[in-house]
Parts: sequence; C-alpha cells; structure tokens
Amino acid sequence: MRPFSYLRPTAVSDAVSALMAEPGAQVLAGGTNLVDLMKYDVTHPTAVIDINDLPLRMIETGENGEMRLGALTTNAEVAHDPAVTDMLPLLSSAILAGASPQLRNAATTGGNLLQRTRCYYFYDPATPCNKREPGTGCSAIGGVNRIHAILGASETCIATHPSDMCVALAALDTTVEVAGPEGSREIPFLAFHRLPGAHPERDNTLQPGEIVVAVRVAGGRFARHHSYLKLRDRLSYAFALVSAAAALDIEEGRILDVRVALGGVAHKPWRDPLAEAEVAGQPATRQTFEALADRLLAGAKGQGGNDFKIPMARKAIVRALAQAAAGTSQIQAEKRVR
Amino acid sequence: MAQTTPDTGRLIGFPLARIDGPKKVTGTAPYAAEHHPQGCLHGFVTTATIGRGRITRLDLADAAAVPGVVKIYTHENRPRTAWWDRSWKDEVALPGHPFRPLENDRILFDGQPVALVIAETFEAARDAAALIRVSYAAEEPTTDLSAARQDAYVPKQKRNGIAPPPPPRGEPQAAYDRAPHRISAEYWLEGEHHNPMELFGSTVIYEGEGRLTVHDKTQGSQNVQGYLCGIFELQPENVRVYNYFVGGAFGSGLRPGHQVFLATLAALDLRRSVKLELSRQEMFYMRWRPATVQSVKMAADAEGHLVAILHDAIAATSVHEDYQETVVNWSGLAYRCDNVQLSYELAAMNVSTPGDMRAPGAATGFVALECAIDELSYAVGLDPLEMRVLNFVHVDQNEDLQLTSKALHACYREGAARFGWAQRSPKPRSMRDGQDLIGWGMATGIWEATLTQATARARLSKGGKVAVSAAASDIGTGTWTVLAQVGADAFGVLPQQVTVEIGDSSLPKTSVEGGSWTAASTGSAVQAAARAVQATLLRHARTMPGSPLAELSVEQTAIRGGRLVMEINDQAGVALDDILDAAGLSFIEEEAEVAPDAAQAKTFVSYTHSGIFVEVRIDDEVGVIRVSRVVIAVAAGRILNPKTARSQILGGVVMGIGMALHEEGMTDHRLGRIMNHNLAEYHIPAHADIADIDVIFVEEHDAMASPLGVKGLGEIGIVGVAAAVANAIYHATGTRVRHFPITIDKVLFAKEAAE
Repeated sequence: MRPFSYLRPTAVSDAVSALMAEPGAQVLAGGTNLVDLMKYDVTHPTAVIDINDLPLRMIETGENGEMRLGALTTNAEVAHDPAVTDMLPLLSSAILAGASPQLRNAATTGGNLLQRTRCYYFYDPATPCNKREPGTGCSAIGGVNRIHAILGASETCIATHPSDMCVALAALDTTVEVAGPEGSREIPFLAFHRLPGAHPERDNTLQPGEIVVAVRVAGGRFARHHSYLKLRDRLSYAFALVSAAAALDIEEGRILDVRVALGGVAHKPWRDPLAEAEVAGQPATRQTFEALADRLLAGAKGQGGNDFKIPMARKAIVRALAQAAAGTSQIQAEKRVR
Repeated sequence: MAQTTPDTGRLIGFPLARIDGPKKVTGTAPYAAEHHPQGCLHGFVTTATIGRGRITRLDLADAAAVPGVVKIYTHENRPRTAWWDRSWKDEVALPGHPFRPLENDRILFDGQPVALVIAETFEAARDAAALIRVSYAAEEPTTDLSAARQDAYVPKQKRNGIAPPPPPRGEPQAAYDRAPHRISAEYWLEGEHHNPMELFGSTVIYEGEGRLTVHDKTQGSQNVQGYLCGIFELQPENVRVYNYFVGGAFGSGLRPGHQVFLATLAALDLRRSVKLELSRQEMFYMRWRPATVQSVKMAADAEGHLVAILHDAIAATSVHEDYQETVVNWSGLAYRCDNVQLSYELAAMNVSTPGDMRAPGAATGFVALECAIDELSYAVGLDPLEMRVLNFVHVDQNEDLQLTSKALHACYREGAARFGWAQRSPKPRSMRDGQDLIGWGMATGIWEATLTQATARARLSKGGKVAVSAAASDIGTGTWTVLAQVGADAFGVLPQQVTVEIGDSSLPKTSVEGGSWTAASTGSAVQAAARAVQATLLRHARTMPGSPLAELSVEQTAIRGGRLVMEINDQAGVALDDILDAAGLSFIEEEAEVAPDAAQAKTFVSYTHSGIFVEVRIDDEVGVIRVSRVVIAVAAGRILNPKTARSQILGGVVMGIGMALHEEGMTDHRLGRIMNHNLAEYHIPAHADIADIDVIFVEEHDAMASPLGVKGLGEIGIVGVAAAVANAIYHATGTRVRHFPITIDKVLFAKEAAE
C-alpha cells in the first residue's frame, strides 16, 4: 500500500471537486473492495475521497412505486428493508446470494456497482493485465480462466463483473443517478457498465469526477414471478460461476413480459432485451425457456477452462425461469435448489 | 455432556473444556507475531514472480528511499550462514538440499523470497517491498504434473520414517488378468495448500550478546531452536524458542518456515528485535499436499474376495528436495489380499517443496484405494460395506505384523447403524427427494498410531499443587488440556490445580507435534513422571514413624484425596503435605521418558481405524452438491477427552469434504504461478457446505499402543472422507468422477457424457 492523502467531504459537490482536483483520486465507501486492492498493490490512489459523510444513505419509495436507494445504503440495509423485500424481492434475494453478512453490512449500493472484477490476473500485479495496466496483455486468455467470460469478451479482456446485486438490477427497470462536474445526470442501468472492447480499463460509463448518488428501481413488478439462481464452487461465499435473475409477467399461462439477466458470464450483467421480446405471448413452458436460453447464449464462446459455463448457464436460465413461473423463487438461505 | 465439572481422580475420559479456551476467545492468547518487544523492527518479503530462472538485476533505489526503511537484504548482501546442507537440516528434513532463502540468484520456484525489507514500521516495510524491481532471465518452468509424470523417478534416498512400498507379493498381474471382476482407474488429486488461520510469523527478540528469544509459529520449538543454532552457529543456551499458542498448523509448521530464518538473520545482523509475518499469498509458496496421480487396478473373485491390487502413485516434489509420504502402502494392509504390487514415484517440478498435511500420504492414498474398492463392489454386485467386511484383515500383510487392536468391525457396525445404511437402495440414481438425487457412500480410514520418544516433568508442591511440563506444542489439538487432565488424574486433583507448561524449547525434550502422536507420547511421559513423583513420595513415606505404607511397593499405592494410600485400602495412608514436611521438602519433581518398545515393534504395529458414511444430495438438473450427513465411527484406543477428541474428528471431516469438493491450487503453467493464491478464490468449505457430522468413538482397549492406551486422533478424521463423498456422488448420479476436487461442472458434464 502506497502513501495517499485522505479527504472526507460532507457535500456531494465537494466530493466531485476533490475528484476533479486530483486525477489519481479514488472514492472510498464501504471499502470492501478498494482496501483489498490497495493492500494487494493493484491500485494506488494518490488521494482517497471518503464519501461516508455524504447524505446518501436513504431508502425512499416514490408515489409510482419507484424505489430510490441512496449510494451509501449498505447491501444489508437494502436486502432487509421491508419495502424492498415487498416491492423488489428479486433484488433482495440477489444481494443475499452474495458475500457474507459481515461484508454486506459494510458494502454499499454505489460500491457494489463499482466493484472490480475478481479475475486472478487483475488481482496479481506480477502478471500482465490490460484492465490493470492497459497495453500489457491479457494473461487470462490461455491461462487459468475458470471464472471468466463467455459473452461479450474481447481480445484484450475476458474478465467478468462479480456482482450479484447488479444482475437483479439489470433485470429490473433501473436508473443510476450520478453527480459530476457538469451537474447531475441519469444513466439507464444497462448503459452503466460496459463491455471491455479495446478499453478494458474502463468498467463503466462514468465520466471523470462523477460519483454515483443513488439507484432508482421500478418497484412492484415481477414481485410474484421472479428468482435469482446462483451456481458456484461452494454453497456460500463464492462468486458466481453462473447466475441468472429471472422475472416474468404471466397471464393465463402466457408470457406478457420476461427478463433474464446473467451474472458471472460477461464484463457486465448480461441482458438481451431483443431475445426477451421474441418470447412475449408464448406459453410459460420449459420449451419456451429452453428456446430463450439458447437464444441468449447463441454468441457464447468458451476460453478452455470455462467452457462448462455455456451449458451451465443454459441450465441456470431454464431453472430460474421455471422457479419464477412457479412462484417458487430461490431462497438464498436454503442451499437446496428449489 | 451433562456433567461439566469433573470429580477428582476421574479426569481421563472427561469432556473437559479447553483450559486455554478463555484466553483464545478473549484475544489474550498471544500468537507468534503478537509479541511486541520494544523498538521492534518489521519485515516484509518480496517474492519471485517467475517460476524458474535467474535474477539479473535488483533495483532497490525506490524501496530504500521509503522513510523508515532500515535495510534490505538480498542474495547480494546476505550475511554469511552455515555452508553445509547438514547444518540446514531440521528434525523433519528431507533428502535433497534444504531451501536457503536469499542464497543466490537462482529462482527454483515462483514465490521464492528474493528480498527482505526491514523497516521501523510494518507499513513502511510493505510499501518498500512492493517497490523493489527485480529483473530476471526467465526459463520455462515445470509445474504441470501431467507432463512431469513422464520423468517420474523412484527417490534414491528414502525419507526418514517413511516406509517405501513393500516388495510385490504373490502374482499381482496374473491374478488380476484371470479374475472375473476387475476395475482399472486413474485418480487425480490437485495440490492442496496449507492455510491455517494463523499465518507464519516470528518475533525474534534480540536480548544482547548474541542471545535470542524467538516466538515462532511452529509445531516444534526445539526443532526451530536446533535449526537456528545449526544455520547461525549459535549455542542452544543462547536461543530460546517459544510456541505457546499455535493458530492451526496441520503439518505446515513441522519444518521451520523461512520467516524464522529471515527474521533471525536480520535480528542478528542489526542487533535489534525483528518481527516478520508472511502474507496469506505466501502460504501458497510454502508447504502443500502434493498433486498426485494414482492408478489402481483391483480384482475380485466371484464372491468378492480381493485377488489382486496394483496401486501406482506419482506425486509432485520440488527440484531441490524429495518430499515423500506413504501413499500406496495402505493398499497392501487395509484389506486381505495375497497379490499386491505397489509403486511410488516422484515428479520434480518448479514448486516449493511439498510438506506433510493432515494424514500425509494416507489422505491421498485412501482417495484412490477407497474409490477403487467401491467401484469394484459395484462390479461384483456387493454392497460397498459388505465388500469391505468380506475382505477384513487382522494383520498387516505388508510387514507381516500383528495389530495391537483393530476395532474396525465396531466402526462399521455402529456407524452403519447410526447412519441407517441398511435402508440403502443399492442401485445408483435410485434414491431421490424431488429434484435432489440422494447418494449414500462410505469408506474406511486408517492412520498410524505412533508412540515417539518423549520426556516430561511433573512436580507436586504443598497444598496439592501440580505442575507438568514438556516442550510439546498445542497446535489447536488440545495438548494444554489433555496434559492437565493426565496430571490431575495422576495426583487425584482437579485440573485447575494443575499448571501446564508447554511450547518452550527449554522444557523436557519431545518430538515436533505431528503424526497424531503427542497425546499418546507426551501424555504417557507426563503419567510416567507423575508415577516417578509417587515413587519418591513413597520412599519418603515409608521412613515416616508408624507409616502404614512402610512395606508397600509403588504399584501397591495410589494418590487419592490428597493422600498417598494403600491401593486396596484408602484408610491406610499419609497426607501428601505431611510426607513433604517429613522430608523437609516444599516440592518433589521428577522427569521421565517414554519410548517405543523395540521388542514389541518386531511383532506388533498399531493403527487407528474409522468407518465413514456420507449422504450427498445433488440437484439433478444444475448439479449443486450438498454433503447433507456424515457419520464417522472411530477406533482410536482410549479417548482422553471426548470433547477435544470430537473436535479433532469434526475438523478432519470438514477438511476431507474440502478435499473432495473444494481445495485446489490452480496453476498457470506458462508462468509456473498459482493464480488463486488467496482465500477468496482458493476454496475451503464455508459454513453452508457443512451440515450434520456425527462422531462415534467405538470401545477399544489397547495397552500396547501406548502406556496411556491412547492412539491419537489428529489425523484419522480426514482419511477416507474424500473417497466416501466421491462414492456417495457416484451412488447419487451414477457417474464416477475421479478427478478431485469434484466441482459442480465435473458432476454436470460427467453425467452428460455418460448419458
């Protein structure tokens, strides 16, 4: 860990100014990811802007049922909030599928969006990594890549986004509120994270100086037919090999609307709204789900060590949709798959 | 466990809570790196980032400029140490060249220390260590066992204490070829890396004039003392090593870690106290259970009697030392079989030297042996438990020795009854609960019951105060507690009247704590020392005027209720304090030694045994594996403390489940580097992975295994567990996975490939 300066602003505008003033500055919220990365010598902020005194720790419900989650709400607060469990049970479930109670007590909503990949090579400064040091190469290609991407990867990076919470947010109608030097703006959630392309060092579409202020999610929809199914290398406290957030609107056995977001498979939570739209009007049956899974995975490509993820993802999608359709969403405290 | 306070004189077999427990749970038990001598310097190690080659240049400028840095050690400026390899060999050393940190520019394995930064603060040392730039002439490393096995060799020099495979007996190949039921399979076990909770750390206190006090994370304070004296040419009286508390070790601390060498090097050079604690990442460059590939051919006659076993193993070792463990020999002694052929070879790779890890060799060998006999039981059409019972053997056929005891039948019987094995449906994929396939599998476990040479001291003071001491270690196993029990039992007092002294190189000599031998060996030595005190008491008591004990031998006496009494008549006796007063003494102290009986060893050998029964539940569609129940029945002679004993077995089973499903060092063979070198990505079982574990200790009396009748429990809990899990997975799914760990993808794809 290298020496750094430390600031603890109390106003959002001061935090933005501090970020703009110091190009090497990084934001500290829960610290569950940044502090690790600093200790491992992966990242070396010249200044740490601790935003924990900003007034961003609130959960609000709008008149239209839209929920607004402040960037500093903890994962535990969101997951266990009565309005969230009532209106956004898929979100609550996804959060509880991740990390441990201790981590969820510290990790924040904003920080969850901004967590870095768990790629072994990104975490190891002794190895080349385009995400950590652009232009040095991707060691995961041809290396140990059990946990890597099967969708949307590029020749420069095959890392995945590690979040569970973001997979649910991608399935729901979510907007990210950000504040920056130019004022406030909103980013549709599906446009917030990006694919690696030629610039894997950029995880998202935030501009310099911008910070996440809140996340807004349309509540109430899919409260009955949803499920978050996470497949991993042990029953808890492991990142997803593959996870699927499924949400359905069903009327008389037919699909009105379907959402499927995948975790552990791409540089961002993976969604394909066009594929989903094709299923509208079809019967909520296993055949429909299998066809949708095939369509979602049509472009999937393995890297050797993670080839299994393609059929595994297919199984996860079909099962999560079946759980959602039956109204028997996965209960994260139960390790048995429902 | 209704009774929570023991009666005096009935301490052996009592489930006493750990006497060191309150200190541990309140954070007041200081571990090796938690001692804070005044003015202590801190170290941090920079490690190699290539798997093989040479250091061509070291750029230390930025590191040296970090405020607080005192000195940076590399191979270019390292102070002189002993030249001969033999000076570097510790008690548990291996054939080959012991690794010497910072010796020269040669990189033998990834993660090898290349520099040691010493600074006024930990933070400065860590910061500077990251700023050291090393240039290398890299060569292609060898880390892939599947390639290195082509050059496997039989180790020329045998490791002390490790029996090489016995010569073949009978006609193994011919018997195999003509048998009606045969299986042939290859089993892979990936490397497992020691990760006890406490990291390797040392606090070396410079006491002046070349005298050192060392707090080290080790399983043997005297082993470290000898090691440091050998390398640095110090006198034993000037080096005192402590390991009061050890936060888990499992074999990783049998040999001295390089942290104690480096910290001592700096302390002697700088004449200041130095603390060095390695990082979690560095655990992956230290001792490990070697990746091993095993081929087994096994055959049975029409009824299921074993007629041939051929078991070959190739295990990884380093390029500089031949690590050896007993992997295949078990296949020649676990079951009756007259045609056996065993081989054990090593494959040298650019890795840190493997080391002993809980039940070294047996945990590995039983994976193959117990999966193979399970496979064969299906080929024969016998229940897996019946198959094992049918092939029960009462002798060690490898060595042609009698067994001092083998209550394995009782393990099978009581374990199966508790588990409900009789309700098992024999056919794979035939038991189901909704989406869950249910599988029931079992295995046998065997481990050595060893008595090693051990010395202990016992002291009785006025007022019934007892002290027992030995240089033994408590690596989480309960040594503190069981020695208090043995001492209390011998003197008829409560454990709180007993002071235990262990974890100090100046105490009576014992071996390193390992091999499950400490309770049997040091415990028996404590008992012998107490007996010697009793003899001295009697000697004084016999001369007391009107002594009722005047005509008695020590065997005819007992200590009860603070008195030395006639064994058969408590009324006839003398108060202990009166004996001390009459002799003009404030205490009596005696030392005693126990050692293996060489004459007995010509005819007898001792093992601990277990029967393990496992239920798994596997989702038929997505492959999620849950180990829902484990019943393990253990025969280990006399159980000193059922509570600490149960904890040992529970821990072993959890580790065995990790071996079956989780633990795996993942190496990038291009780099020769383990990539999942942290506990986020190197998986061990989480709480959610562990459900019911039911531990049974079956009745077993064995006065020959050790004077106390104890056989030891630290290792038997893991042996066979991974195979039992794998066998249950087969029974659930109908698919045999032979590559450990058995991860979700292997279950899914093996199943699909079979369909």
